Amino acid sequence: MSAAGESLSLDRTAAPVRRERLRLLVRSKTLVAGAVLVGIWVACAIFGELIAPHDPYGSAEDILNKLRSPSGEHLFGTDSLGRDVLSRVIVGARGILVVAPLATLLGTVAGTALGLAAGYFRGLVDELLSLVFNAFLSLPVVIIGLVALVAVGASKVTVTLVIGFVFTPIIFRTVRAAVLAERELEYVQAARLRNERAPYVMFAEILPNVLAPILVEFTVRVGYAIFTIATLSFLGLGIPPPAPDWGIQIFEHYALINGGYWWPSLFPALAIATLVVGVNLIADGLTQVFERQ
Amino acid sequence: MIIFVAAQVLPGNVARRILGPFAAPEAVEQLNRELGTDRSLAVQYGDWIGGVLTGDLGESLAFRQPVGTLLGPALESSAKLALLAFLLVVPLGIIGGVAAALREGRLRDRVISVGGISATTVPEFVWAVALILLFGIWLDVLPVTAQAPRDAGFLTEVKYLLLPALCLVFVLFGYLARMARAGTIESLDADYTRTAVLKGLPRRTVIRRHVLRNSLLPTIAVVATQTGYLVGGLVAIEFIFGYHGVGELLFRAAQKKDFVLLESAVLVVGAVYQVATLAADLLYAFLNPRIRFGSAA
Repeated sequence: MSAAGESLSLDRTAAPVRRERLRLLVRSKTLVAGAVLVGIWVACAIFGELIAPHDPYGSAEDILNKLRSPSGEHLFGTDSLGRDVLSRVIVGARGILVVAPLATLLGTVAGTALGLAAGYFRGLVDELLSLVFNAFLSLPVVIIGLVALVAVGASKVTVTLVIGFVFTPIIFRTVRAAVLAERELEYVQAARLRNERAPYVMFAEILPNVLAPILVEFTVRVGYAIFTIATLSFLGLGIPPPAPDWGIQIFEHYALINGGYWWPSLFPALAIATLVVGVNLIADGLTQVFERQ
Repeated sequence: MIIFVAAQVLPGNVARRILGPFAAPEAVEQLNRELGTDRSLAVQYGDWIGGVLTGDLGESLAFRQPVGTLLGPALESSAKLALLAFLLVVPLGIIGGVAAALREGRLRDRVISVGGISATTVPEFVWAVALILLFGIWLDVLPVTAQAPRDAGFLTEVKYLLLPALCLVFVLFGYLARMARAGTIESLDADYTRTAVLKGLPRRTVIRRHVLRNSLLPTIAVVATQTGYLVGGLVAIEFIFGYHGVGELLFRAAQKKDFVLLESAVLVVGAVYQVATLAADLLYAFLNPRIRFGSAA
């Protein structure tokens, strides 16, 4: 609705709308809180070893210090190989913060392109794509990911590809629905009557007007990507060791919780929790701002 | 079909997985022949799909047992866990969502909404770590494994299942509460609600008779669509709590490249999801008199 109204308005009014949107975004408490949380982890991902107090990969003599409880020297304690948990949590942000957005981007680009085509051309293309994707959506994402990653073997590249692939049908569904609503509007009709070619109408006319729902969907999906990748890592099928991934750290140490060694599991768990919550607060803030108009 | 193809491109070989890396090549050959994995793919697939159609799921390659006897008890265990989670989350989610909607935009609404989103987006195994620590270790009131002793009574079993079920409750709560909240806000704005208020009915009656009746029916039907998601969540939860359900079975089958078991398990999961979605549609139509399938509206 809002997108259609905007497209009909003159360019002169587009800038104030954007400024107003930005003002609302900055004022949204959820969005700012989310941005702060995510910002902290992004900083950890970028600076990693520079701010980590110890070597996250440890050394041979570290093994003598294994499973020390949190202290001044090791704020988050040490893990079963004597490595500093705080350092591993800090550096562990990098893997997931590269893989999750990349995978989501992949799924978003593929899903948007296919969704535009299906919604615009309708007919056989639409029916075939919808059929295949609906069959896919009838299985839980984690299970598709699990089976696919067992098949191809887990690495950063395969995790990115598999998650991107799994997200494609979901983005496809959103974009297709949005395009179906847009294609009957006057500006699309006008472009067609001008004899514009189909790719031009899809990408230059329709795409800018469905960007808002795609952006919101993208942010929500990044949250889900982190959720899914962390879960797969925990099952031993995510970012492979020796990378200090949070899911694997929990996988390696959760059995020790019963023995009272809670710190090597709890701190990576808190890291995952704060990161996903941060991303979803951003998504929630974006949704509120875009839906208000 | 997709799963069958995926399973076939898995590198490695079932017999090799079973016998370990040091087994003699002749022994691997022998086992392959016994299991039937040396036959052509088309023959294997035809065999399996023919079996499925006659109700025979075949024999697990890794466990050397009929798939039916493995899947049956696993399904029952998972169903128990899922049922407990639903019994807890449905009332909680509805109460939370309605409570938030009645104070839309105020502090209570924000706390419930943001809390709900946060709870939903944190992976189950992260909740599991937190809950195991809190209730299992520090407070020491609940068992940290889900598998109750064999001769345990009903209440003991519930006690063992409480922690894993709670993890699922947290993840489902946000979604359900959001649905209930949206539905309630919509019917609070509706004309019939304004009419009821202007008639002079007390607020309590209006909310119970006019608002909730219209807002909750769709919410309840939506619950069923969450089953598919729930099964995905079961993999991690059953794994961490050592519970022998479908999720754990699926995970072990994938690890062992036991594609007969894997296919059947995924098939069953897909079927459960489809049935749940269909049930949700029918329930929705049944509860909402404005939708009738097959009749000219």
